[in-house]
Amino acid sequence: MNLPFQTPVNDPVNVSRRGFIAGAGVGALVLGFGVPMGAARAQGAAKVVPGTRVPAFLAIRPDNTILFQSPFAEGGQGVWTAMAQIVGEELDADPASFTVENAPPGPDYQVVFGQMRITGGSFSVRSSYATMRKLGATARAMLVQAAAQKMGVPAGELTTEPGRVIHKASGKVMTYGELAPAALDMPAPANVALKDPKDFRWIGKRQARIDVRAKSTGKAQFSIDMKVEGMLHAAVQHAPRLGQTVGKIRNEAEVKAMKGVHSVHVLPGAVAVVAERFWHARRAVEAAQVDWAEATGETYRPMPADFSTEAFAQYLANYQGKEEVAETAGDMAASFAGAASTVTATYHSQFVNHAQLEPPSALARYNADGTLDMWFPNQAPEMFLAEVVKASGLAADKINIHSPLLGGFFGRHFIYPHGTPWPQALELAKRVGRPVKLIWTREEEFLRDPLRPMAAVRFRGALDAKGMPVAIEAISVTEGPTEGIADKRAAKLDDAALEGLTGKKYALPAKRIAQVFVKSPTTLAYWRSVGNSMNDFFYETFLDELADKGGQDPYALRLKLLEGNARLTNLIKAAVDLSGGWKAGPFTAPDGSKRARGIAMASPFGTETAAIAEVSIADGQIKVHDVWQAIDPGSIVNPAIIEAQVNSAAALGLSEVLIEEAVYKDGLRAARNFDGYPILTPDRMPRVHVRIVESGAPMGGIGEPGLPAVPPAVANAVSRLVGKRMRKMPLANFA
Amino acid sequence: MIELTINGQKRRVDAESDTPLLWVLRDDLGMTGTKYGCGVAQCGACSVLVDGSVMRSCVTPVEAVAGRKVTTIEAMEKDPVGAKVVEAWVKHQVPQCGYCQSGQVMAAASLLKQNAKPTDADVEAAMVNLCRCGTYNAIKAAVRDVAGLEKKA
Repeated sequence: MNLPFQTPVNDPVNVSRRGFIAGAGVGALVLGFGVPMGAARAQGAAKVVPGTRVPAFLAIRPDNTILFQSPFAEGGQGVWTAMAQIVGEELDADPASFTVENAPPGPDYQVVFGQMRITGGSFSVRSSYATMRKLGATARAMLVQAAAQKMGVPAGELTTEPGRVIHKASGKVMTYGELAPAALDMPAPANVALKDPKDFRWIGKRQARIDVRAKSTGKAQFSIDMKVEGMLHAAVQHAPRLGQTVGKIRNEAEVKAMKGVHSVHVLPGAVAVVAERFWHARRAVEAAQVDWAEATGETYRPMPADFSTEAFAQYLANYQGKEEVAETAGDMAASFAGAASTVTATYHSQFVNHAQLEPPSALARYNADGTLDMWFPNQAPEMFLAEVVKASGLAADKINIHSPLLGGFFGRHFIYPHGTPWPQALELAKRVGRPVKLIWTREEEFLRDPLRPMAAVRFRGALDAKGMPVAIEAISVTEGPTEGIADKRAAKLDDAALEGLTGKKYALPAKRIAQVFVKSPTTLAYWRSVGNSMNDFFYETFLDELADKGGQDPYALRLKLLEGNARLTNLIKAAVDLSGGWKAGPFTAPDGSKRARGIAMASPFGTETAAIAEVSIADGQIKVHDVWQAIDPGSIVNPAIIEAQVNSAAALGLSEVLIEEAVYKDGLRAARNFDGYPILTPDRMPRVHVRIVESGAPMGGIGEPGLPAVPPAVANAVSRLVGKRMRKMPLANFA
Repeated sequence: MIELTINGQKRRVDAESDTPLLWVLRDDLGMTGTKYGCGVAQCGACSVLVDGSVMRSCVTPVEAVAGRKVTTIEAMEKDPVGAKVVEAWVKHQVPQCGYCQSGQVMAAASLLKQNAKPTDADVEAAMVNLCRCGTYNAIKAAVRDVAGLEKKA
């Protein structure tokens, strides 16, 4: 993809929206960096080495504040602060002096392992850490060279302090802001020295987030808040079942005559109303009486009229099909033949919504010069640009993709066919000849939000005469999210279907992990921690089931199965230590309630976790009192953000295991708002205690890994408390 | 035309009387700090103060607030209680994605305006807005801090 930039070439630079520096601060005269190297540009975008051209990322303003173009989208995970810490560390600039925004599409930002741009998979920091450090160090070297020239001293005699270059011998000092314009003319040194981590000033420290004040005062702007001159508002009514089309709007004339209505439109699978105000659009579109026609021909995952999630769960549990093996070890047949006892059980997960608090929206504006601007939530601007190229028929260089802050992430903002409003906004803007902002109401969102897959896992376990597990077989009947989104199976298995059943670190003599593919009638999606969000629940609760069968303590059993694995032994001990020592219970708490604890581990996204949960039953409801989680991401950038992310992931994991379930009956969603699809409320939030362990292993992820161990820790605690195995999320029948 | 008092200023809007206050704020007055989350008074992202008490603006018809004082997140930093809440939100690093936080700040401000010394039970009863990022513990810590409640172990 040849992505052009209409870039200014001389400094100082009045950076335009179409230049490198997009979005926030539009109209401001930004002096300093912001100019791409002419030579690199002449060679063509294809030659750009991502993450190396300083001006594509950094603008240092005269007042010494820094504008950083982030390759990563901020959706609450704290990545913009992490970027400011990492770049600021090597640049020698206070992260608090950074303003960060989402970079426009461009070859410079393909920094995920140097080859792509996506905010997901808990990849951001770990995949770009070295690149971003080097970027900061390169910028610092350019500033030092500029200072050497201005001061007339050798660069080797210069040092830096945050935001300024110093010549100790003469006492000369120049700020980065003063030096920035001249620094642009300096060659970017090929090899810059990075700091010794022991000298880190900001990396590894509890740096305050740079976006907190704006987000505490209503100033933070999300896609839904975008506004441009002459903009109309739109709302849609989707077909109740995906694939249906509009047959007829029975009362179209009445809808058109409603207050504020600009126009009524038939779209693929939806009716839209464009109006002067969103409320008018919504009210009118909801008044539309639509005859929906059944899907015909090839359409993307049409929803059957008889689909029921309850029946589908049973279908998955019983379906016999080809077992495609993802992981195998040892002699399964011999292990079961020689077993002192065996356990078989079928486990279930549910469909769940992302339920991010910001309903999806998109703003499209065709400009008089033939260009197109679009604003919408996304976690991969270049990939969406390619989609907009296809949908609009415009060349990439005519399209500006703006990627505002995300009002909740959780995997919602990837490319999901029929799962996002931007194609509708684009079409409406084209039809009405004015900019259009389309908001999906919560009801329309829950109808089209693609779901975390459902699975039924058939387990078999074998135990020896001492009650130790010697073999586990897990056959997951499911469709992975990747193959579901593509609506097509790949040559190899979808890793996202089985991760968490695969990749377990316990030393079992024999194992066999396989998928039986069953296509889901619903649309599917990535959901925070993806396959691990359910697969660690399955595995870790079945492991406890084996422990029960063999008369083993679940903690002692795990220690035994981790013998020789120093990293995980240390980690699980850290979780136990954090919780004040292992006590499974049931026991009576000081308040008189009967409680129990459960333990579980996970290895998600390059990070290792161990969680313990303490539960009781009160008023017929599971109460989780405390969650203790030890997390080892190898090495870290910001412990405060890690603690916040573990809290956040724990909350989502609890919501999943205790409450959530997207239910279909007769092809229709049973609930389309938070009244019928409740999520975790404040009163059900436990205390969350976090211990960060830095083992020095290669850096792992943070945004997702705090989730997977929580549901099984809770389920194991509940099972112990009530004396009955919990095999299905959300937990039911515990009484 | 309906005359409103928003953050101490008289504003006249041309909206039907049953239009939810939320959409008048966002679309007619361009005040986007107040958020739409569910439209059915479930999530609280749209919370504003009406005569000092928290209300969910997504289900509040604009006519119901004519002649009453509406306060939104945009005024919180200049409000004595609101400013304390905002500072506590910064100190405790509450927001993650931030989308629900305008409503959370308004709910906290409402509580603390009516009851400068709330108990834990008061805090629990008042802070019921949804947060999908699960910032509930940080929210509670920030509110307790402003309320002067001792930090529990």
